[in-house]
Amino acid sequence: MGKTGKTIAEKILSSHSGQDAYANDLVVARVDFVMGQDGTSPLAIKAFNEMNGQRVFDDSKIALVIDHSAPSPNEGVSNLHRMMREFASLHNVKLYDIGEGVCHQLMPERGHVVPGDLVVGADSHTCTYGALGAFSTGVGSTDLAAAMISGHLWFKVPETIKFICHGRLPKGVYSKDLILYLIGQVTADGATYMAAEYTGEAISELSVESRFTISNMAIEMGAKAGLMNVDEKVIRWVRTHSNREPKPVCADEDANYARVLEYDVSDLLPQVSRPHSVDNVAPITEVAGIKIDQAVIGTCTNGRLEDLRVAAGILRGRKIHPRVRLIVAPASKRVYLEAIREGILQDLIEAGAAVVTPGCGPCVGTHNGVPADGETVISTANRNFKGRMGNNKAQIYLASPATVAASSLCGEIADPREFV
Amino acid sequence: MTGRAHRFGDNVNTDYIISGKYKFKTLDMNELAKHVMEDLDPEFYNKVREGDFIVAGRNFGCGSSREQAPLAIKHARIGAVIARSFARIFYRNAINKGLPVVECDTSQIDDGDELEVDLGRGVVRDLTKGIEISAKPLPPVMLKILSDGGLVEHFKKYGTFNL
Repeated sequence: MGKTGKTIAEKILSSHSGQDAYANDLVVARVDFVMGQDGTSPLAIKAFNEMNGQRVFDDSKIALVIDHSAPSPNEGVSNLHRMMREFASLHNVKLYDIGEGVCHQLMPERGHVVPGDLVVGADSHTCTYGALGAFSTGVGSTDLAAAMISGHLWFKVPETIKFICHGRLPKGVYSKDLILYLIGQVTADGATYMAAEYTGEAISELSVESRFTISNMAIEMGAKAGLMNVDEKVIRWVRTHSNREPKPVCADEDANYARVLEYDVSDLLPQVSRPHSVDNVAPITEVAGIKIDQAVIGTCTNGRLEDLRVAAGILRGRKIHPRVRLIVAPASKRVYLEAIREGILQDLIEAGAAVVTPGCGPCVGTHNGVPADGETVISTANRNFKGRMGNNKAQIYLASPATVAASSLCGEIADPREFV
Repeated sequence: MTGRAHRFGDNVNTDYIISGKYKFKTLDMNELAKHVMEDLDPEFYNKVREGDFIVAGRNFGCGSSREQAPLAIKHARIGAVIARSFARIFYRNAINKGLPVVECDTSQIDDGDELEVDLGRGVVRDLTKGIEISAKPLPPVMLKILSDGGLVEHFKKYGTFNL
């Protein structure tokens, strides 16, 4: 049998390994950028030293981000942060310190990732940059150390599962609803070992910011990467954020896919993940009316300017329900400043929101909004595992920024379509 | 490698392997090893004899990317984890930390069965049942990292990837 065309994953892993690679091949590939955050970098620095690492492969291609506990909530974390600052200073690598933002917002926003790149990060949501047509994937701390020393890493070239999304999302229904729906369809291990490719009119109609939300959650179906074809929107977005030249990659028509799944999203309802797994998805009609105690807008999934804009559009001139606490964490300092300039934060604060430092805290339960026993939270984050927000006696629902904003007004899970 | 099977089900996540309430407290892996699989089988650590195997179903090691999970299993003296499938970050971390992982049909293996594992040939023999199960052979790259004792040892030896 002659060789067929290639998926996006096969193309990027071929170009970075010098091998004509197809699914299930093993390659050692050159990486374009390496990222670690404060939950994983200390172990990576330990491994770096155990490997007798003397210097990093290229100090312009590494960044460490302090976002998971920022600013530090206790002395243990403070000492680990200091370890990162000392390593960054010693090896002259970029350190994004407290308040700069969430790693997965910073990597594309500060121009570290462009189409065609191969990027590894010691965080499972590194798959976010697939929206730019970059093969980016989460790794453990030892892999991170090896990549910092050698500039390379071994990969098993994944098979790809292709999602073709026809139609256009209706008003009040967003990319978050679409990805929650897809995860509900294929389940939490439906794409394990595989890359996901998202394509079709519903994807190409989305803004680049909205696309990040979809790629971000590829790991919640077990996928190694959440890839999209590069189009004009992506090229324009990248040119305004990076000085590096994009190397656009698109899948071949005759590429081989493990599965191809097609959906028409024209009648999609707002979707919500129920406790305690992300694939426990229901349409808004089945969960509306559930009382909530706390609402969270932010995280690497939905803390971008567009998300805050949608929330402010619903909350402007209104007051959140008196029983509800609304926490807003802009995804980065840039998002924060722009939201101030546009008046978005004033709208949100006047409606009753508490704005916290850009970072991951409320999502990962390190600080900034740990719920009480028995409380119910609705959040724009990407995980609702038991204990995820720091209390295993809390219930966590996941939804779009619009659904979270509408719910904070009503004091119960609410359909945002009545407010947009 | 020969040892006994310790049987578990599908979707064993990294919190079951080593609970978060222990893993953030210490980097002493011998201490963490005492709590491996504790929520599924409180006696697990005491039952394991050196070289025994964990046998599981689908999606072993799903959840967090923390390396404490394969490390704690290794320090509990487990010879290899044999599962129908693995979550991929766990799989990588296991190889990098020198814990053999074998992917094969585990449906016929019962708790307590005597197993023989040939990593190089990709074969699991259930000596109790007298059956041979072919595993996906480990690719040479992974065998090399494993035989060096993990990725840290590999880098100490070669200074970079030498696969």
